[in-house]
Amino acid sequence: MSAKAANPSRKTPQIPRRVVLKGAASLASAAVLDLIPEILRAAQAPAYLKGTKLHFLQWLNFLPAADKVFLEQTAEFSKQMGVEVQVERIGMNDVRTRAAAAISARSGPDIILLDNNSPHLFADSLVDVSEVAEAIGKEQGGYYALSQANACAGGHWLAVPQHALSTGWNYREDWLKEAGYTEFPDTWEGFREMGKKLKAAGRPIGQAFGHSENDPNTYCYSLLWGFGGYEVEKDGKRVVLDKKGTLEAVKFNTAIWKECFDEGGLSWDDSSNNRAFLAGSLSVTLNGPSIYLVARDKFPEVYHAMNHAPQPKGPAGRFYFLPTRSAAVMKYSQNQKLAKEFIRWYMAKAQYGKWFGVCETFMVAPTKMWYGDPVWTKDPKLTMFRDVMKDARAIGYAGPPGRKASESMAKYIIVDMFAKAIQGTPPEESLAWAAGELKKIYGA
Amino acid sequence: MAEVRHNASSLPLSRSGLSVASWLRRLRTASATERREWLLAFCLLLPAAVMLSLFMAYPFVRGIWLSLTNTVVGQVGTFIGLQNYVILWHDDIFRRAAANTFIYTAVATILKLALGMVVALMMNNLLGFKRILRASMLLPWIVPTVLSALAWKWMIDPTFSILNWIMYQLGVIRFRVDWLGGPVTAMVSVILVNVWRGMPFFAITLLAGLQTVNPEVLEAATIDGATALQRFWKVTWPLMMPITMVVVLFSVVMTFADFQLVYILTGGGPTNSTHLFATYAYQLSIATAKLGEGAAASLAMFPFLFLVVLFQLWYVRCGEGGKGEA
Repeated sequence: MSAKAANPSRKTPQIPRRVVLKGAASLASAAVLDLIPEILRAAQAPAYLKGTKLHFLQWLNFLPAADKVFLEQTAEFSKQMGVEVQVERIGMNDVRTRAAAAISARSGPDIILLDNNSPHLFADSLVDVSEVAEAIGKEQGGYYALSQANACAGGHWLAVPQHALSTGWNYREDWLKEAGYTEFPDTWEGFREMGKKLKAAGRPIGQAFGHSENDPNTYCYSLLWGFGGYEVEKDGKRVVLDKKGTLEAVKFNTAIWKECFDEGGLSWDDSSNNRAFLAGSLSVTLNGPSIYLVARDKFPEVYHAMNHAPQPKGPAGRFYFLPTRSAAVMKYSQNQKLAKEFIRWYMAKAQYGKWFGVCETFMVAPTKMWYGDPVWTKDPKLTMFRDVMKDARAIGYAGPPGRKASESMAKYIIVDMFAKAIQGTPPEESLAWAAGELKKIYGA
Repeated sequence: MAEVRHNASSLPLSRSGLSVASWLRRLRTASATERREWLLAFCLLLPAAVMLSLFMAYPFVRGIWLSLTNTVVGQVGTFIGLQNYVILWHDDIFRRAAANTFIYTAVATILKLALGMVVALMMNNLLGFKRILRASMLLPWIVPTVLSALAWKWMIDPTFSILNWIMYQLGVIRFRVDWLGGPVTAMVSVILVNVWRGMPFFAITLLAGLQTVNPEVLEAATIDGATALQRFWKVTWPLMMPITMVVVLFSVVMTFADFQLVYILTGGGPTNSTHLFATYAYQLSIATAKLGEGAAASLAMFPFLFLVVLFQLWYVRCGEGGKGEA
């Protein structure tokens, strides 16, 4: 018997209970989704099982303060979400090895902070993080071309860019003044003239040309591009290293090696120039602000006497090779959703701004919003680093920064092209060798 | 001449000509004690066999397979036959690494043998502080390679080299030596560090061999008027040959496959002048994620090392066979 039949005096229409419950659930879930930030702020927990762990693998940052802030933020996220985020920090050169091992074993860290164009190498094993990367880009003024090139392929984001390492010419203002320079030269020819005088005074320029990951590539690629040379055309197939500007770059570098540089550079690694500059053996070297930040604490006489300058302009312009890092979520991860939330959270303005401030211009943000951050003007000697991303290129230019570009860099083709000429091989021969090696790589 | 019959069970396996059938016959006719001994031997060998299979045999076979495919990290490759080897054959850097490896191994081994023998002879004639000196001598060998390579890297750094400073103060050099900066000096430097590290292994092994030389033989040679050099060359050296061969062949295998030292000191530079098979294989596999090509570069060591091991086995068995003659 129906309710109406049982009680004929009732006049209020009856809404089925099922409908009410369904409607309430819809309203509630919509409200919850909108309120996720509030839920986080209210430190209420989560949609994750107790005991959920997220494993984040990254490099051991040169700046301990940056890692300290990141770990504190990680702990905060863990508390708010009721999960455990484990941050593992290892040597910079070991991250890619670990990533390769984890991908091969289909087990390991949920998020790996990959360097340079590594996302392209491991593309098939990475989760599409476009929704996270695009949201961040939209909020923060869009990405710089380098960050996008290294983390994005075929319109899909393979990783979320986190930072790039800034680079500039570290120089001793006092010694340049003694040589007659009140400003750092803005052209390569001016750089050469300055270098001659400095070396003659026993204070040479220092640059590594060995097989270490950062410094040799940072200088050699920048110089190559500055003179108009590059490896391949935009199609990523035709090798044009021996066509445009490269020979001039090699000849120029060979000349300034003898005239301006400390000739021990062929055996240097990434830390050699730092040590030599702080010890007073060099007047000029290409590096991030790490020398300056260490000098501030331990070498006050160097700290007060030094400054930074941008890359000189070559015939084709001013360019930088900057190491970048991007957070990639692994396809084998059982916590992909949580991983994306963590990345979204720490890249949000409140968290990233705090971390970025502590980095003191050693890192450059991947998005353009941070160009106006007060960190750049806090110390005028560090302001020039904010402009480096605008002129930065990815390896493999003008083609895509894919596997073949990685192979070229891994084999130090460009670095050895310059190094062979320094050692006495005629520039034409060393260029021919490099072009030949590139043609084997690109299969031309 | 009486025919000499040998009991198959008393002959070395290589000369007994045991087939599977005869082995099974032995198993069936063996006594309970013999079966228990075989079972015990099997159980004691099993853990080692499992370890070898898991950590040596399986990776080796898998490496061979990888080298025949175009596998990259994260992607299952397809069979491409010997294409990786063809690519490497035409790879200028690989050919350079191959040449470097042979030069590095040959020069380092000869130097380690010579110095090791000198040190062993000196140690054998020590009158006091034997234990402490022998223990100290082993330190380079015991210290982890990475640590000693880092220490050497500092000692031969072009800016801060203590070696350059000492040589300059002594008047040996007027300008600093860039030990790791030139193609020849870099190779000399890595060989020097390898010799420093590996010489104790030779010295302690050869010292053990010297202790087994019968002093009466040397006394007899002395009485016959032999000089020290003649005693060494005509008496000691031939008697030491078996142990010398063993230690040389072991060292060749280890030096040929060296990685850590060169990776830390030079990374294969400058301009690939110190790249070895192992460092180049690592560069291909990890930096470019090309596992197939990296496996091929690594396996390129195998033919030579296989020949070395075969020679060693033949030499050892010749020695055993010589003792077994009736």
